[in-house]
Amino acid sequence: MKEIVIISGKGGTGKTVIAGAFAALAKDKVLADCDVDAADLHLLLDPKIKESHTFKSGFTAFTHKKYCEGCGTCSMVCRFEAVKKDFSIDPISCEGCAFCSFVCPKNAIEMKLNTSGEWFISQTRFGPLVHAKLGIAEENSGKLVSLVRKKAKEIAEDKSYKWVVIDGSPGIGCPVIASITGVDCAVVVIEPTLSGLHDAERVIDVTRHFNIPVKVIINKYDLNCDITEKIERWSKDRNIQVLGKVVFSKAVVKSVVEGKTIIEYSNNKVAKTLSDIWKLLERELAG
Amino acid sequence: MIISVASGKGGTGKTTVAVNLALSLNNVQLLDCDVEEPNSHIFIKPLFKRRDPVFVPVPVVDQKKCDGCGRCKEVCAYNAIAITSKKVLIFPELCHGCGSCTYFCPNDALREENEEIGVVEIGRKDRIEFIHGKLNIGKMTAPPVIRAVKKHTSREKTTIIDVPPGTSCPVITAIKDTDFVILVTEPTPFGLNDLSLAVKVVRKLGILFGVVINRSGLGNKETDKYCQREDIPILMRIPFSKKIAEIYSRGGSIVKSLPEYKEKFQILFKEIEKIVSGSNKAGSN
Repeated sequence: MKEIVIISGKGGTGKTVIAGAFAALAKDKVLADCDVDAADLHLLLDPKIKESHTFKSGFTAFTHKKYCEGCGTCSMVCRFEAVKKDFSIDPISCEGCAFCSFVCPKNAIEMKLNTSGEWFISQTRFGPLVHAKLGIAEENSGKLVSLVRKKAKEIAEDKSYKWVVIDGSPGIGCPVIASITGVDCAVVVIEPTLSGLHDAERVIDVTRHFNIPVKVIINKYDLNCDITEKIERWSKDRNIQVLGKVVFSKAVVKSVVEGKTIIEYSNNKVAKTLSDIWKLLERELAG
Repeated sequence: MIISVASGKGGTGKTTVAVNLALSLNNVQLLDCDVEEPNSHIFIKPLFKRRDPVFVPVPVVDQKKCDGCGRCKEVCAYNAIAITSKKVLIFPELCHGCGSCTYFCPNDALREENEEIGVVEIGRKDRIEFIHGKLNIGKMTAPPVIRAVKKHTSREKTTIIDVPPGTSCPVITAIKDTDFVILVTEPTPFGLNDLSLAVKVVRKLGILFGVVINRSGLGNKETDKYCQREDIPILMRIPFSKKIAEIYSRGGSIVKSLPEYKEKFQILFKEIEKIVSGSNKAGSN
């Protein structure tokens, strides 16, 4: 079983469209949406939820007013500026370290377990999907990503599936690191813009930092052919394989509006290129 | 006034709006708080004059003083400390720097050292004061770097904040304590889904906000319907155009290449001023 994650550094370069295409193209796979704070893959896959679970993680301090004498020790030790003037706690700033609750001489501060989100195992027309929804203004997205990946892997192992296809999130921080550690291949989707290349360079540095094999897809390559060439040279200099170049097409937006993957939408150039890319990736990772 | 530019979904045009708004105003500073992938500098091309590293405190153990009692592990809420055969092992990448372990160590065996996780760069381009943060490669936590960037907020100026995508901690750190949030979206199902998540976050934080629809004309009408239903003002529309996409791709700005946009961004600013001052008046009544 091989795990493939699709990332980009910069947002909006086409991760989810490509993950959706791989969902339609790959045989025997489990899908995982690890962009837990702005998940979109479900919009293409129309999942039927089979199991849903709450995700409990981390704590938030809560001051019981009737015990609090206003000594202020809590606000002295808190480094997250979470203790308000009246010694109640701002739950959005609180990082749940519990320092305040340990030092409170009146034991007035309780640490309450957070419900930080939900996660689901669903069935789709392309196979099982593990996905999640981080609660509004909740943290610990990295842990939720790890949980989604763990469940997807368990299902794949249980059913002896060949692939786990992971839709990642933009950025280079904790959810991205949680979604790439230990995968067999990170596919970086780059758009030919100066910011697209800048951000791809940073996320590729992160994959190298963690020793993750990396390959590249240039999406909407005809938006700026000079920068596309630059990306190709750049990749070659670093020994990074470019799996293919995908043309800009309004068919992509239309397919998303219809809730279809680009492969199902129509016989179009983007679908053809992505089919070739998937075949190549399958071959490359088979050995 | 502090205006943050956020979106939920990535790649909808946050940086485009933040940069072009800053270029259209006087007495302005632009703070790029997308410290994982800062892009505003590509468009502003500032000259940086200062570079301040951002540190977080992490505990370091003095094995000579440590007797392996495990008190530090007990108080750590982040599983950043493990004890193996009476020895303390620290995982700095899980540490939030709360200081609890150091405080409670009965043997005075822990001290805090500064670990660099990123950098803040300060510069200028013409009338714009420019500040951005960069998270170091391999580091997990963006919020301390975002907080370090926001320390440069000046109340004498109009502050524009470029916010990272998503809806979790980095976004909240960036938009917290700002006067207004511009939510930039594109009229597609992905854009709308992530916009509705971002709206919930901004409402939970109780900040005034409005929507800018970028790539207007692409996709469908559902975003308009949503805004109408939710009574959210649509402050501006930027049409879908290959010309604008091309300007963006090479790091150009819309207001310089298409000067008629300067007035549009000034109108956007006036709209926001009106909403913010209206709410202040309502608040004081």
